[in-house]
Amino acid sequence: MTNAAIKKARPKYLSLAALLFEIRLPLPGWVSILHRVSGAVLFLAMVWLLFLLDRSLSSEAGFESVKRYTSIPIVKAALLLMIWCYCHHFCAGIRFLFLDVHKGVDKETARVTSIVVIVAGLVLTALFGVRLL
Amino acid sequence: MKRVVVGAHYGLRDWLAQRVTAVVMAVYSVILVVLLLSGGPIGYAEWKALFAKGWMRVATLLFAVSVAWHMWVGVRDILMDYVRPDGARLTLQVLTLLTIAAYLGWTIQILWR
Repeated sequence: MTNAAIKKARPKYLSLAALLFEIRLPLPGWVSILHRVSGAVLFLAMVWLLFLLDRSLSSEAGFESVKRYTSIPIVKAALLLMIWCYCHHFCAGIRFLFLDVHKGVDKETARVTSIVVIVAGLVLTALFGVRLL
Repeated sequence: MKRVVVGAHYGLRDWLAQRVTAVVMAVYSVILVVLLLSGGPIGYAEWKALFAKGWMRVATLLFAVSVAWHMWVGVRDILMDYVRPDGARLTLQVLTLLTIAAYLGWTIQILWR
């Protein structure tokens, strides 16, 4: 160990700037935090999603009004975000289930499966976005 | 269970619930996606008929209960990680529980109208 390493200030307190620019999260870390963020978003947005389900099943007119409402670009974008949240949460969750049974724990595999999860979430979002919206 | 103030394994039930509910939701999601994408375009009649089926209602209820339980464990974990003052955390946890209960009640109302 060099002298410079010993002289580093300890303890090191994490500022927001450090979190944002200094510390680079590894890919599995991104999968993890996005899993958490997508879950939180889905929890908060559930009231809106239930509103859409309620309206769409209420009557023919309700169904048509939901169709018109979800064709507004900003609403469509929000719905697409919900689809991404669900797809990412789904894929990342399956990855965590494999980690639970000690599959894919080593560094290299963990990195590869992280990329697979991130890409799969985006691809599924695009697929469902095109088919359903 | 005999409880000591500082002990381990109390999180096991939540940990297990998080995984079992995840599997239930995953299976339901795949079935729903297949149903939605295999047929033709879906209008009100098809949409209504899908959720009028008895098994679909029960499956959706199972899904909704899983979502509710999964949400509770997940959101509680987030609150325990980021909200340090006990009062604020407790308040948010109670609000979370009430919100989830309301979601579940609403879902049942939508399914059996």
